[in-house]
Amino acid sequence: MTALSDALAKARAEDRAALIGYLPVGYPSVEVSIEAMRALVAGGCDVVEVGAPYSDPVMDGPTIQAAAEPAVRAGVGLRDTLRAVSAVADAGGAAVVMSYWNPVEHYGVARFAADLAAAGGSGLVTPDLIPDEAGDWLAASDAHGLDRVFLVAPSSTDARIASTARASRGFLYAAAVMGVTGARDAVGDAAAVLVRRVRAIAPQIPVCVGLGVSDGAQAAQVASFADGVIVGSALVRRMLDSPDAAGVAGVRALAEELAAGVASRRR
Amino acid sequence: MVDVSAVRDGRQLAVPDETGHFGSYGGRFVPEALVAAIDELTEAFHQTWDDPSFRGELARLLRDYTGRPSALTDAPRFGEHAGGARILLKREDLNHTGSHKINNVLGQALLTRHIGKKRVIAETGAGQHGVATATAAALMGLDCTVYMGEQDTRRQALNVARMRLLGAEVVPVTTGSRTLKDAINEAMRDWVANVGTTNYVFGTVAGPHPFPLMVRQYQRVIGEEARAQVLERVGRLPDVVAACVGGGSNAMGIFTAFIPDRGVRLVGFEAGGDGIGTGRHAATITGGSPGVLHGARSYLLQDENGQTIESHSISAGLDYPGVGPEHAWLHDTGRAEYRPITDAEAMAAFALLSRTEGIIPAIESAHALAGALDLGRELGAQMSQPPVILVCLSGRGDKDVETASRYFGISS
Ligand SMILES: Cc1ncc(COP(=O)(O)O)c(C=O)c1O
Repeated sequence: MTALSDALAKARAEDRAALIGYLPVGYPSVEVSIEAMRALVAGGCDVVEVGAPYSDPVMDGPTIQAAAEPAVRAGVGLRDTLRAVSAVADAGGAAVVMSYWNPVEHYGVARFAADLAAAGGSGLVTPDLIPDEAGDWLAASDAHGLDRVFLVAPSSTDARIASTARASRGFLYAAAVMGVTGARDAVGDAAAVLVRRVRAIAPQIPVCVGLGVSDGAQAAQVASFADGVIVGSALVRRMLDSPDAAGVAGVRALAEELAAGVASRRR
Repeated sequence: MVDVSAVRDGRQLAVPDETGHFGSYGGRFVPEALVAAIDELTEAFHQTWDDPSFRGELARLLRDYTGRPSALTDAPRFGEHAGGARILLKREDLNHTGSHKINNVLGQALLTRHIGKKRVIAETGAGQHGVATATAAALMGLDCTVYMGEQDTRRQALNVARMRLLGAEVVPVTTGSRTLKDAINEAMRDWVANVGTTNYVFGTVAGPHPFPLMVRQYQRVIGEEARAQVLERVGRLPDVVAACVGGGSNAMGIFTAFIPDRGVRLVGFEAGGDGIGTGRHAATITGGSPGVLHGARSYLLQDENGQTIESHSISAGLDYPGVGPEHAWLHDTGRAEYRPITDAEAMAAFALLSRTEGIIPAIESAHALAGALDLGRELGAQMSQPPVILVCLSGRGDKDVETASRYFGISS
């Protein structure tokens, strides 16, 4: 069992959804981004999604792009990402890396898996890698006991939900809105519909939902039907508004609000 | 799926395989959200490619709307500068809208209509693919949005105006390097959000499967015509086929018919920018390494972290840090060669063709012309007969008049 699976099991035992917070490594600096990730853990996130900055993030909207672009320009890469993973693990959080595929392939898939496991990371979320192309990663994650989180979307067919769930370990990431990342004003029913479809097809695997949740009330709403609530852009927004200690405090405050929202919804 | 049409033609084109792989290249490195749409597109492509009524409609448009077959022009005064080689120009510049891009776009626009979508999006670098897409959208009554790097909207302002006149919305992209790479990112983001109503008309033989296959099939008409024209004109096959390579669609278009002709050298000319040694170039195969970009594994320009490096070229249409996966495959298997041409060499060939033949080429195409000058001189020294070099003149230079005037210090 990875720390991620433990964290999801613990939340389930407490009869609530898990809270998963995303931040990119390297904005405004590697050090401050690591501070912000520690603040996520302190604020009540069960899991930290450690974002590796990438030059061509086709699944990300303007908010995450705005934080990742300067990090890419500053030369932040997977080595720094692994450092952040260690820091999150040391702080008592479960860490999963979120990376587009090319940096991992360039680092070396087997080497990355070994280094991620050694850093105390639980696994990898791959927004542009589908199981069909993931042979090397399936083998490397098996060899090192790592979780692998693939995505499903409202447009996924039942057959693809089934095959993607089979290839996944840890949780299945339901990208519940068609479109790029970014905070949204309202939680539509697409998310609940997708989660219901996944549960019917693959009842064993936890389903966590990312769809632009930005406050405690929305987190509570998603927590009522998902195993985990993933929050990214709203946290990144705090750092963009104040890329310093005040931003880190803002991240912690939002994490606390989100955690309270998630905890308010017994299941 | 094996490329059945090629097998039926008696050609040994066993790539890509059913999942879009050319050896270890190609594939589909895409968000899951797009998989249903590209599955649908793949199936519709295969079905319509084998459908005589669809192919008949496409052939009619290529003839009556584009003006195909495009001419093959002897360029003897230019050839004098190529060691006396016989240079034959495949005149894609004479197509409606001024480049080879229309061949592919008409196919994909018909396909869009076939699958019942009402909106198309496209990326564009030089603006030629954007203009072609805007044109086909006007012809077929589709809504059209074109993403174009902000830097390119400035250096290809004429084409921005053309697209707007044709009724397309042009969105300048201000992220990253503000060129073609970033325009593709924005178009992908649009597609992920609007995939239910929108088809992505991709402009080159890169991107996820089925685009490298589909765009090649829509462009292969260039080489099929040229092969027959050269045989008729010269009485034999050419010694070399030369094309510029951005993403690689005009090159695949002219190469494909010649791949089984083992005696014919296929040479792709990449944008060498200021020179490979300077790091300021767009020569992806010459100066890059294998990796994943924009949905496929191929060569790309990347740094030690696997981040895409910004490319540099005087030619907006070649200013791209990736290349189609079939070119990576042809390179690794040795069936084709890839060489860099600097900005300065391309501009010299641009001026030379203008003054010796009365044809102003696109700066993209001028890279192939510069390559032909080198090849002619090299081969002339080795062969007893003047070599025959077929060059894909992929587009005309109207869009480049401002850039060239500035480059040569000509005032208007
Ligand atoms: C005239 C012309 N030639 C070549 C290219 C490069 O594209 P490709 O390599 O796909 O043919 C372009 C792209 O804009 C173009 O406009």
